[in-house]
Amino acid sequence: MSVILGQTFTGISIGAVLLLIALGLSLTFGQMNVINMAHGEFIMAGAYTTYVLQKSISDAGISLLVALPVAFCVSGVLGALLERLLIRRLYLRPLDTLLVTWGVSLMLQQLARDIFGAPNVQTRAPDWLTGHITLVGGDDPLTVADNRLFILGLAVAAVAALSLTLRLTPLGRRIRAVVQNRDLAEVSGISTSRVDRTAFFLGSGLAGVAGVALTLVGPIGPTMGTNIIIDAFLVIVVGGIGQLKGSVMVAFALGVLQSVLEYSTTVSVAKVLVLVAIVAFLQWRPQGLYTLRTRSLV
Amino acid sequence: MLQIDDVRVGYHRSTVLHGVSVRVPRDGVAAVLGHNGAGKSTLLRAAVGLLPPASGRVLLDGEDITRRRPHERVARGMAYVPQGQQSFPHLTTAENLQLVADGRRRGREAIAEALDLFPALRALAGRRAGLLSGGQRQQLAIARALVTEPRVLLLDEPTEGIQPSVVAEIEETVLSLGARGGLSVLLVEQHVGFAVRAAGRYYVLEAGRVTSSGEGGQGAERTVREALSV
Repeated sequence: MSVILGQTFTGISIGAVLLLIALGLSLTFGQMNVINMAHGEFIMAGAYTTYVLQKSISDAGISLLVALPVAFCVSGVLGALLERLLIRRLYLRPLDTLLVTWGVSLMLQQLARDIFGAPNVQTRAPDWLTGHITLVGGDDPLTVADNRLFILGLAVAAVAALSLTLRLTPLGRRIRAVVQNRDLAEVSGISTSRVDRTAFFLGSGLAGVAGVALTLVGPIGPTMGTNIIIDAFLVIVVGGIGQLKGSVMVAFALGVLQSVLEYSTTVSVAKVLVLVAIVAFLQWRPQGLYTLRTRSLV
Repeated sequence: MLQIDDVRVGYHRSTVLHGVSVRVPRDGVAAVLGHNGAGKSTLLRAAVGLLPPASGRVLLDGEDITRRRPHERVARGMAYVPQGQQSFPHLTTAENLQLVADGRRRGREAIAEALDLFPALRALAGRRAGLLSGGQRQQLAIARALVTEPRVLLLDEPTEGIQPSVVAEIEETVLSLGARGGLSVLLVEQHVGFAVRAAGRYYVLEAGRVTSSGEGGQGAERTVREALSV
C-alpha cells in the first residue's frame, strides 16, 4: 500500500514541477498561441538568478525566497523584450515564430555558457528544505521530501494566482478578450500591444519561478530548459489549448503515470509509454481534455 | 464631428474605396447605404482604424486621427459596433461590459445606462456571450460600445441576421440614440426604410464610390431606392 502511495506522491511532485514549467506556457502558448521555443531559457534564467543571488546572500533560505520575485522579474523582462523586439512582428506566422524563438533559445544558451561556463552548477538548499516528512510510519515508511512539498505548494500558489488574475482582474479580462478577438478588443478601447507585452511578461516571469523551483531538485545548466520544455508543451496541448484547469489535471496525471510506469518498467520505457498514451489520447480527442462551447465562432 | 475625406482603402492590391468622403454632423445621424460589396463595412473599418487608408484623412472634431490606432480613437470618443453580432464569446455578458468599463471613472454608471437600454441583458449577466442568441449578442455589442460613452457611434448593419422580434427593438434603440444629444451616429444599413428614417443625411455607395447623397427623412426613401436600383 505504501508503495502505491509513495509512487503516487512521487508522481504528484513530478506533476507539480511539470505544472510550474507549463504554467507560463499556458499564457504565451495556451492563451496567445505563440510557440516560444525560448521559454525553456527563461526557466534557465530563473535558475541562474537563484545561483547568482546565493553567491551574494549567504543564507540559502533568504536567497531562495528573494530569488522568487527577482527571477520572476528577470525572466519577465526577458520575455517582454522578446515580445517587443521580435514576436510582435510575427503574430499569425507560427512557423516564423518557432524558428526565430528557437534561434533566440540557442543564443541565450550560449550566453549562459559564456557567463557561467559550460559545466552545470548547483545551489544549496536551505536547511528547512533538506529534511522529509513521514506520512506513514512503521516497517515500510512513506516519507516525502520537504523540497518536493515546497515545489507542490509553489505550484498550487502559482496556479491560484494566475487563475485569479485571469478571472477577476481587469488585466485578466483584457488578456482573455485579446485572445478571443484581437480586432474587437482593439476597437473596444484595449491597447492590444500593451496586453501582449504584459501577458508575455507574466508568462515568462512564471517560467523564472519554475527555474527557481528546479534548482531544488537538480543542477543548473545552459540546456536545462530545453530538456523539459517539450513536456510542458505536451501538458498544454493535452489539457486543451488555453485551458488552465486542463493543464493542471494533465500535469498531475502525466506525473503519476510516469512515476507508476517507472516503478514497473524503466525510466526510458516509461517515457516512451507516456508518449504513446498521449498520441493515442490526441487521436481520440485532438482538441485536448477541455474545450469551451459557444453558439458562434466569433 | 466626424469627417471622412477622400479616403482610398483596399485589401492587398485591390482598391475597395476610391476616394470616399462622408460627414457625420454633431448630434446627428448619417446613413451609408449600398449593395453587398459596395464598400460600406470597409468604410467603417477605415473610420475606426482597422484598415489604414492609402490616402485621405479621418477627422474627429477637427483632429486628424488617420494614423491613430483603434484604441486611441476609442479614447477620443469613437465607438464601433462591427457587423455580425461580435462579442467575446468566452466572457460572460457582465464581463463583456465590465471589460470596457475598467479604468473609466463613470464605468459603473455607464454599464447601468447601457443596460437600461437593453434590460433583457440584465438576466443574462452570468451567461457566456457565445451562448447568447444572435439578437442578444447584437444588443450586447451595442451596449458594450455605449459603455465607452462615445461621441460618435459607428454601427455596421445592426439588424442584419437578427430575428424579426428583436429587429424592431434594435431599430427603436438606434432611433433613440440618434435623437439623444451628445451622440453622433454613422449607420451602415441595408434596410433602406429604417436607415433613411433614422438619418439626417444619407450616402449611397456603389463599387467604392459615393454615387448619391442628400438629406434624410421619409421623403428621401424613394430617391434612395431609385439610386440603389440603378
